[in-house]
Amino acid sequence: MDITSYFVFFSVVAVIYSISVLGLNLQWGFTGIMNIGVVGFFGVGAYAAALLTGPDYPDSLGGLGLPPVVGYFGAMLASGIVALLVGLVTIRLRHDFLAVATFGVAVCIQMLAMNLKPLTRGFDGLHSLPRPFASMAATPFLSNLYFLAMVLCIGGALLWALERMTRSPWGRVLRATREDEEASAALGKYAVSYRLQAFVLGSMLMGLSGALYGSFMGFVSPQDLLPIFTFQIFVMLIVGGSGNNFGAILGAVTIWALWTLTETVLGAFLPPELQRQASAIRVVFVGLILVLMLLYRPQGLLPERRNISSFAASRPDKA
Amino acid sequence: MTATVPHLVVEDLVAGYVPDVPILRGASLKVNAGELVTVLGPNGAGKSTLIKAVAGMVPVTGGDVRVSGKSIRGIATHALVGAGVAYVPQTNNVFTRLSVEENLELGCICDVPRTRERIEETYRLFPDLERLRRLGAGRLSGGQRQMVAVARALMARPGLIMLDEPSAGLSPKMTGVLFQKLLEIRAGGVTILLVEQNAKAALAICDRGYVLAEGRDAFTGTGAELLSSTEVGELYLGSKARLAS
Amino acid sequence: MMQVLVDGIVAASFITLGVVGLSMVFNILNFPSFAHGELITSGGYIALAIVALFGTVGSIAGLSFGWPLIIALMCAAVLNSLLALVLDRSIYRQMRVRNASRISLIMASFGVSLMLRNVVVMFAGQDPHFFTFTIQPALKFWGIRITANELIVVGVTIVLVLGLHLFLSRTTLGKSMRAVAENASLARVNGIDVDYVIRWTWIIGTALATVAGVMLGFTIQLHPFMGFELLLPMFAALIVGGMTSIYGALLGALLIGLAEGLTVEYLASEYRQAATFVLIILVLLFRPHGIVGEKA
Repeated sequence: MDITSYFVFFSVVAVIYSISVLGLNLQWGFTGIMNIGVVGFFGVGAYAAALLTGPDYPDSLGGLGLPPVVGYFGAMLASGIVALLVGLVTIRLRHDFLAVATFGVAVCIQMLAMNLKPLTRGFDGLHSLPRPFASMAATPFLSNLYFLAMVLCIGGALLWALERMTRSPWGRVLRATREDEEASAALGKYAVSYRLQAFVLGSMLMGLSGALYGSFMGFVSPQDLLPIFTFQIFVMLIVGGSGNNFGAILGAVTIWALWTLTETVLGAFLPPELQRQASAIRVVFVGLILVLMLLYRPQGLLPERRNISSFAASRPDKA
Repeated sequence: MTATVPHLVVEDLVAGYVPDVPILRGASLKVNAGELVTVLGPNGAGKSTLIKAVAGMVPVTGGDVRVSGKSIRGIATHALVGAGVAYVPQTNNVFTRLSVEENLELGCICDVPRTRERIEETYRLFPDLERLRRLGAGRLSGGQRQMVAVARALMARPGLIMLDEPSAGLSPKMTGVLFQKLLEIRAGGVTILLVEQNAKAALAICDRGYVLAEGRDAFTGTGAELLSSTEVGELYLGSKARLAS
Repeated sequence: MMQVLVDGIVAASFITLGVVGLSMVFNILNFPSFAHGELITSGGYIALAIVALFGTVGSIAGLSFGWPLIIALMCAAVLNSLLALVLDRSIYRQMRVRNASRISLIMASFGVSLMLRNVVVMFAGQDPHFFTFTIQPALKFWGIRITANELIVVGVTIVLVLGLHLFLSRTTLGKSMRAVAENASLARVNGIDVDYVIRWTWIIGTALATVAGVMLGFTIQLHPFMGFELLLPMFAALIVGGMTSIYGALLGALLIGLAEGLTVEYLASEYRQAATFVLIILVLLFRPHGIVGEKA
């Protein structure tokens, strides 16, 4: 693959990852909700979109052949519903319960993807997933380029919307509920519903990210639903800066770059007999970065900006 | 005549949870061996912080704390018992999931062989607790829990026992019973530092007292002196009155 | 039906050995360690490496293991506990000192879990390993089938659980642990060195996890995800039983094991995790503090 093609491919994946990171940022960065099952919501979205837009598979109930855009919305709906169900049960409880519940969701989604063969085709996965503008693109490179343009627009729109929302009074309520775990347990039902909203919205973003990924790769399988994805998203958010939407994107691009770079470097320098271990070594290396960041710069590269009400900031008298 | 070293000396203590926001701003006090000294003051004056700073639970940025002449400033909390100091916190001062007897056993964890005999001695001083020995501490009333907490503190046979507002949440009758116990304990030779919100009751039983205000010791005197002082009365009651009236 | 009970108890044994450590870490260090599954995995693999030094797993009285495995187990428990202590010292303790939130600790433990698992892959690869290739015949009595290995697993678990109970109720360290689990600050006031208790929490919890890993290894197989697969059942046991009580966790482990047995018998083995998850959700809906736990 030449440099430009590689760059386009890299960028598409980076933007797709950023959307998931923005989702986690909303949940964890702004609202303090620990979602350890990121890949589960990603997976729900990916499979929902695949089942809606894939061609009619002979051995599966899915494959309705609908346009990709329907798949994207369907993905958000599906992941939103799953998040709503999980959230209704757990959002009022301590953080640990939500963490375990989301972890359970991810484990179950992967297991269902593997075993509900009449629907998901199990290990074989769902293939030949369509992209929008597929007919308009003369070459694969152009197709990738159009896709890049599309995800950049989607990502940009999401970033703008999230920035507006998190700077608004809604965002301030979220941050208030983040601060004290015990206090948030004692909060009334309106505050609880804010947290639920953040959780569902964040999960919908992860679902969208999954749908886009399936659409781009043209293929989803249970292999895409492993905990390594959750891990990557965490590292991206922590490194980039949790509580900061720009940090989320920066983290996604940086860590994705590091991830692919490490693969190349290890591939070039490792002796052949250790090549098998390359991916494992890469995980250990990136894991080390996560832990070091948590220890020494937990606020990330772009820390959260303290957000005062726009009214207060413009008043001449200072307390 | 040998000069006896005071049991506890707090000297110009500066302490607070956050480094640049000290709650104690140079508080000083002295407790002689065998005395019952009380520390009073309005909310926010730093009474609890003072005890916690002595116990090593709040960072100290200035001054010193000495027990029998030896500095214990910045001591690790778990070393307190070894230094002969027992501390009864204001809240959460018993292990609710353990029985009364297990709570007492834990008080003696630094000297396990003597546990049995000390428990028997403790039951002599607190006969009610013997009746309740197998009950989970979480099932006790507030007053009974305070008794367990105080008894537990005594299990380590401390020379000095510090109590943080032990009467908080207790009825006046229960407070009276508790304070009577403290006098019995003092009669047994234990030095007592009593931080209290209930100024009248505390001043009635103490030898001497200190009144903290804004992180410093503002007044000191014997119990009787403080009871009849108008300045102390103003601090508490807001007008030139006396606590003793 | 009896067979389901027996299978359930065997499954519960593995969960039990793992959940004790998880419960202790949760109550004493105040966060659910997502890396605990990996300690089970690492324990099994370390034992495998030691057994490889012996060249054979040995055999006692026709069982599929002998002294080499037993010695390997004990050495692996020591080494694995050392690993856990190093991880605590270098990561979790540093975060404790910096007043890290529980969420950050959870995240760190997730990172540690991925690293540990991949270190195992680095050294041993993705494919399963076995302690021995001898097939064990199943013993049949009273209408149930069970292999001698499985009997040993259950027996060892019962012995260790009894030992743990005695330890917690009779020894000074055990009582200190219970004290710290309830109120670390009050424990310090009593003269208990919480750091010392924390170290022993890791040692005991990891030793038990090592036993789980080795036993999983010789009854089924060793593979890099073996501990991870126990993580959801262990958390389920904690939640179902009640997170504040070790005895609750033991009860929870039994129930989850039985649920697994039922699922395998009447549905399909692959849906075990789903059944476990459903149980978690049900408990969270109706009795979040668990069967034995206290209301927050």
